[in-house]
Amino acid sequence: MFRKNTFSGGAHPHDEKQWSSAKAIETMPLPQKVIVPLQQHIGAPADLIVEKGQQVKKGEALAKTSKFVSIPVHAPISGTVTAIESRPHPLGVKLISVVIEGDGEDAWASEPSLDEKYLDLSIDEMKKRISEAGVAGMGGAAFPVHVKLSPPDEKPIDTVILNGVECEPYLTSDHRMMLEHPDAIIKGLRIIMKILGVERGIIGIEANKPDAITLLKEKTSAEPGIDVISLEVKYPQGAEKQLINAAVKRDVPAGKLPMEVGVVVQNVGTAAAIYDAVAFQKPLIERVVTVTGAGIAEPRNVLARIGTPFAELIEFCGGYTDNAAKLVNGGPMMGMSQITDEVPVIKGTSGILVLDEKTASLDQESPCIACARCVDVCPMKLLPNHIAAFVENQKVDKAHALGLFDCMECGTCSFICPAKRNLVHYVKLGKALWNEQQKKAQ
Amino acid sequence: MERHFVISPSPHVKDADSIPKIMYAVILSLLPAGIGGVYFFGLHALWVIAVAVLAAVGAEALFSKMMKRPIQIHDGSAIITGLLLAYNVPAEVPLWLPAVGAVAGIGIGKMAFGGLGFNPMNPALIGRAFLMASWTAHMTVFKTLPKGGTLSGIDAVTNATPLNVFKGAKEILLNSANYSAEQVTEATQAVTQLYNASGNLFWGRVGGCIGETSAILLLVGALFLMYKRIIGWKIPFAYVGTVAALAWVFGGTNGLFSGNPLFHILSGGLILGAFFMATDMVSSPVTFKGRLYFGVGCGVLTFVIRMWGGYPEGVSYSILLMNLVTPLLDRYTKPKAFGG
Repeated sequence: MFRKNTFSGGAHPHDEKQWSSAKAIETMPLPQKVIVPLQQHIGAPADLIVEKGQQVKKGEALAKTSKFVSIPVHAPISGTVTAIESRPHPLGVKLISVVIEGDGEDAWASEPSLDEKYLDLSIDEMKKRISEAGVAGMGGAAFPVHVKLSPPDEKPIDTVILNGVECEPYLTSDHRMMLEHPDAIIKGLRIIMKILGVERGIIGIEANKPDAITLLKEKTSAEPGIDVISLEVKYPQGAEKQLINAAVKRDVPAGKLPMEVGVVVQNVGTAAAIYDAVAFQKPLIERVVTVTGAGIAEPRNVLARIGTPFAELIEFCGGYTDNAAKLVNGGPMMGMSQITDEVPVIKGTSGILVLDEKTASLDQESPCIACARCVDVCPMKLLPNHIAAFVENQKVDKAHALGLFDCMECGTCSFICPAKRNLVHYVKLGKALWNEQQKKAQ
Repeated sequence: MERHFVISPSPHVKDADSIPKIMYAVILSLLPAGIGGVYFFGLHALWVIAVAVLAAVGAEALFSKMMKRPIQIHDGSAIITGLLLAYNVPAEVPLWLPAVGAVAGIGIGKMAFGGLGFNPMNPALIGRAFLMASWTAHMTVFKTLPKGGTLSGIDAVTNATPLNVFKGAKEILLNSANYSAEQVTEATQAVTQLYNASGNLFWGRVGGCIGETSAILLLVGALFLMYKRIIGWKIPFAYVGTVAALAWVFGGTNGLFSGNPLFHILSGGLILGAFFMATDMVSSPVTFKGRLYFGVGCGVLTFVIRMWGGYPEGVSYSILLMNLVTPLLDRYTKPKAFGG
C-alpha cells in the first residue's frame, strides 16, 4: 500500500501564511540599543567576560562557553556595555542580560571572510568554529548545535534531516530562508553530513511551500545523497519525531533522542548559520523573524540583530493595529504569551505574533465530554483528556503513569478540544508538580 | 507606552467547533426521524416529543439551580436527552409519561453525577429504563398503526411489532410439538413475511416507538453526523455488525446459520441505539479498541436479550450495561504511546 508522507494523528489549523509568505526578507535598521541575555539556549548559560563600561565591537564575545552543553554569546552591535542586569526575557522571567548602547559604527571585531578550504577542515575544527560562533538550534528549541553534532560512538548516525517544515501557523521565516538562501542551507547540510560522516541528507518541506520544494529540488538535483521530500500539510509535522517518522519511517523510542534511530535533525535556518560559522567564521548575531498577525499593521519577514526589543521590530512593521490584543513569542501553537514588548529577540525567536481581540478572547473551560478528539489527534498517542483530568484532581502519579512526560506540549489536543480545556497547561502543571515531588523525596 | 496584553497558556488559536455546536448538529440530525415519527404516528407524537424536550430542559435548569451550579441548558444537551427519550416511547403514551421519564433521566442519569461530562450512563436510556420498570404496560403495548402500514409490517400477524411477532413465531417453531399444525403454519408464514418485509422496516411502515421505526430517516441523520466527525464508525459498525453476525448464526428458526441479519438490523431500536445512543460520547470509551469492544459488547447483549431474554428488544439495557463497563475498557485498551 502506498503510505502517505505523514505521521499518525495531528490536526489542521488554518496556516495563516498569507500574511507574510510572499514578503522577501527585509533587514532592520541598526538598533540603537540591544539587550543580550546570557541564556538563549538549552543548557548552562555562558560565563560573562565583559564589564560594565567596556567598549565592544560587533561579533566580540560577551560570554564564553562554560560547560559542554553551553554556547557563547556575542555582541550584535558595536558600542558600550551600559548595564549587566536582570532584564525581561521571552521566557517570562527576568534574566541576566548585557545591555549595549550602540555607537552607530557597526564595526566588526573580526570581519568574517570566506575560508575557501573550509571543507578540508578536520571535524573537530569544524565543530570548534560552530561552537565559537554560538550557533544554537534556530527552530525554536535552541539546543547547542556542536553538542547535537557530537553523538556518542555507540549511536551511529546514517541520515541527516533538515527541517524545512515550519508547521506552526503564521511563521514564514524558514520558507523565506529556503527561497532566498538555498545555497547556504545546502552547503550547511553538506557540512553537517561531513561532520557526522553521513552520506544521506534529506530536506523535509511541507506541501504548502511548493516554490521552496521546487527550488531546493532543482538545487540538489546534482548533489549526491541529498533528497528533498514533500510532506503532507498537518500540525505538528515539524516536530522532530513526527518528521523522522514521516521522512524515513523510523520511530524514536519514548524518552530517547533521534540518534537512537541513527538520525540527526536540524532546522534549515540552523544549517545556514552553520555554513556562516564554518565557512566565514561569522558569529550568530542576527536572524530572520516573522512579524505577523492581525494585530500588526504591515506583517513582514525581518532580519534582526539578536537583542533588538520586540517593540522595535513591531514598529518597523507599521506598529500595532487598533485591535491588537495578544503578543506571542514564536508560533500560535507553542509560543509563549508575552507580558511586555520590551523583551529582546534571542537565537530561538522565529516569530513575533500579535493576535487581535477576537482570536485572543479567552474561552470558558467546560467539563470534558469524552469526545476523544484529543486522543485521535495526539501525535504521541497519549490520552490527553485523562492526563489532564488526573492533574486537575491532584493525582499526578496517575498522570505520570499515563505518559505525562511523553507529551511534547505541541498543543494539538487543546486546539481541537470543543470544551476549550487547557490541556497543555495541565500537562505543564503536572510536570512541574511531579518534579517538585521528586525533589522533595530526595 | 505601557501596553497591556492578554496573557494565556498556549495554544493561542483554537478550532472553531464547540460543545453547543456539536449538540445542535446532533439535534439537527435527529429531526428527520422525529418528523417521520409524527408523519407515521400522528400529531400526538408531536406533543410527546415537545413535552419530553421541555421537561428535560426544565428539569436541568431546576436541578442546576437547586445544586447552586450555573445553568447550562443553552448547550443543547438536555434537548437531545428529551428527543431521544421521546423517540424511545410508543406514540400513544399519556403526556405525563415522557415528562416523568425526562425528569428521571436528567435528574438521576445526569444531574446527580454533576451534569454534562460526568454522567456514567446515557441519561435518555436511564429515563427509558425508569419508565419501563414503572409503567411496563404503557411502554410495551403498541396501538398506533403507522400511516400506510400495519403494526407488524406484514399481513399474517398484524397486532404486534415485528420483533414481538418474531419472538412469538420463533417460540412456536422451536417447540413445534407443543403447538397445533395451524399455529406452526402461521408462524412459518409470519417469519417468511418478516424476512421479506425489509422495505417496510427500512422506510418505517411498522409499529414501534416514535423515533425508532424508520431506518432511512435515522441513517440520513447518522451520515450527517459522521460527515461532521461527531460520531465515528467504530461503535455503530461494531454494534450492528455483531448483531448481524450473531443473528445469521444463532437467530434463525431453522437451526444454525439460518438467521436473517437484515431483519434483525432493521427491526426494533437497533439503528437508533447504535448510531445515536451507544455513541453518546460521555458514556462510551475514548480509545480505538475500547470503542470496538464496546460496540461488540452492546451487540452481544442486545442479541442475547432479544433471543433468550424476557423482552423482545434489548437495545436500551445493552447500552446501559456497556456504559458501566466503559471505564474498565478505557483502562485496559490504552493506545501504545509513540515510540513505546
